[in-house]
Amino acid sequence: MAVRKESLGSKCFDVFNIIFMVGMITITFYPILYVAFASMSDSNLLMAHSGLLIRPLGFNLKGYTEVFKNPMTLSGFGNTIFYVGVGTLINMFVTTLGAYALSRPQLWIKKYVNLGIVFTMFFSGGLIPLYILVKNIGIYDTRLSLLLPVAVNSWNYMVMRSSFAGFSKSIEEAAKIDGANDFQILFKIALPVFGSTLAVMVLFYSVGHWNSWFQASIFLRKRNLYPLQLYLREVLILSNTEAMSGSANTGDALAISETIKYSTVMISTIPILVAYPFLQKYFVNGVMVGAVKE
Amino acid sequence: MNINRSCISLHKSKNPFVKDIITNPLLYLMIVPLVAFYIIFCYVPMYGAVIAFKDYSPGVGIFKSPWTSELGFHHFKDFISGPYFSRVFGNTIVLGFADLIFGFPAPLIFALMLNELKSLKFKKICQTITYIPHFISLVVVCGLLQIFLGREGIVSDLIALFGGERANLLAQPQYFKTIFVASGVWQEVGWGSIVYLSALGSIDPGLYEAAEIDGAGRFGRVWHVTLPGIIPTIVTLLILKTGKIFSVSFEKIILLCNDMTIEKAEVISSFVYKRGLVDMDYSYSTAIGLLNSVLNFIIIFATNYLCRRVSETSLW
Repeated sequence: MAVRKESLGSKCFDVFNIIFMVGMITITFYPILYVAFASMSDSNLLMAHSGLLIRPLGFNLKGYTEVFKNPMTLSGFGNTIFYVGVGTLINMFVTTLGAYALSRPQLWIKKYVNLGIVFTMFFSGGLIPLYILVKNIGIYDTRLSLLLPVAVNSWNYMVMRSSFAGFSKSIEEAAKIDGANDFQILFKIALPVFGSTLAVMVLFYSVGHWNSWFQASIFLRKRNLYPLQLYLREVLILSNTEAMSGSANTGDALAISETIKYSTVMISTIPILVAYPFLQKYFVNGVMVGAVKE
Repeated sequence: MNINRSCISLHKSKNPFVKDIITNPLLYLMIVPLVAFYIIFCYVPMYGAVIAFKDYSPGVGIFKSPWTSELGFHHFKDFISGPYFSRVFGNTIVLGFADLIFGFPAPLIFALMLNELKSLKFKKICQTITYIPHFISLVVVCGLLQIFLGREGIVSDLIALFGGERANLLAQPQYFKTIFVASGVWQEVGWGSIVYLSALGSIDPGLYEAAEIDGAGRFGRVWHVTLPGIIPTIVTLLILKTGKIFSVSFEKIILLCNDMTIEKAEVISSFVYKRGLVDMDYSYSTAIGLLNSVLNFIIIFATNYLCRRVSETSLW
């Protein structure tokens, strides 16, 4: 190795780079931190305060208890867990089976199906025809309307198919000689090898269900089927906190409604933040394969 | 291949498709749910899009609804000559391009800068934290924007601190596009850098040493080794991003825009939503949506063609 001579410019850049990165971290993380602090603050102190928060003002979890007292939040939470659980299960079932079969080079129909799928990534019938379809097949205003129309995400399908394409043909043939059928090969031999890809897919699909609100807003009328995000939208965007703070007396109602907002954001985001560090190491597998040209 | 040989007696049909089904019945069984999904939820709506050329009413059905005048193009003409066309079309193009100009290079620059960090631990921390916003729901992001940019929000507090006037920035049309694009970059810059970092990792370290021996400085190494090494990734992502110019996320528009900003905020896709699902004007909004889809399709083909001409890298 040649001795690296660090020029002044290079050193300056290093310093600048570190400052830049600290700035990035601050911009990214501070808003979340602010909400966390605000959600734990005393609502009256918070109202009177202006500017940045560097710690909770006082300590009061009333926002959280108010949120959990509200039956809509609880049912929204329950519904979201259902949509995430069942939805991801359907996603994984359909995507895995399809991606495995269509990654097998011997399958004659493979290129036609893939062409058909890629086409839908660039061209779609649009929002209204989908809406009419959902109405016509009788799943409008049912839980199925949030599960079936999103049963496969084309991008995730592509990622999975290109992973499975790396599954060696010779292993497959050897297993067939030993009498295994395609399902046994997939579930007993292939899937264990692709654990990290599956993990990323589960992550992507479940975050997608957790965060989805638009479909629910157009396909659901019954409030008892609403997922948490739709409810969040009422609280955060349409500022409909009156319904929530009914128990507080009127003077405090305005103040507490602010804390309720912050608490609701925290409650809906914490599960993702908790699951996130465990899955982070798998990210690269999931994002990469899809972006690599075949 | 013993399996194939043992099945040969079954291959009575000359049709390769039928032959293949007989050879691999289970593989075909596996693709049934997937294919059913794409037919029902992607291709049937494509057929459903014919209502753009008809006067659809739910009672009559798609097939029996009458065709519109002007060879079926009545709704298209109506939209293009109507008062909303220039507004939604203009906003879509401006937002789409702004998102491309700022949203595309940001993750690339961020990845290059991360790559120059000397401490791997610090790099890891930067990555971990900047990926987080990607996973936060749009509803929460827009809710945060309302909280922070509102009259009593942090940004107003800061403006007031420096002697400015408090204002709800989300109610001011001139700031809408900036807020829209900036929050998009905030949410995706870290996540978008993963692909580049991963491509950077596969560059042969020998090239850097060779460049150094040839007297390339730090910037020179980035320019002559790093960037050329990830050009295929850059081009691929550029094509994909360009193809999205006309499909500005209407979910975010719907969440962020209000009566004050609608003139600067409304894009084609959110207009489709409003006319179709709020005003129940199915055929008219389907026509607009179809126009949007066709534009998307043309744009991505054009970009792909251009990229193939100038850089050898393309999607297909």
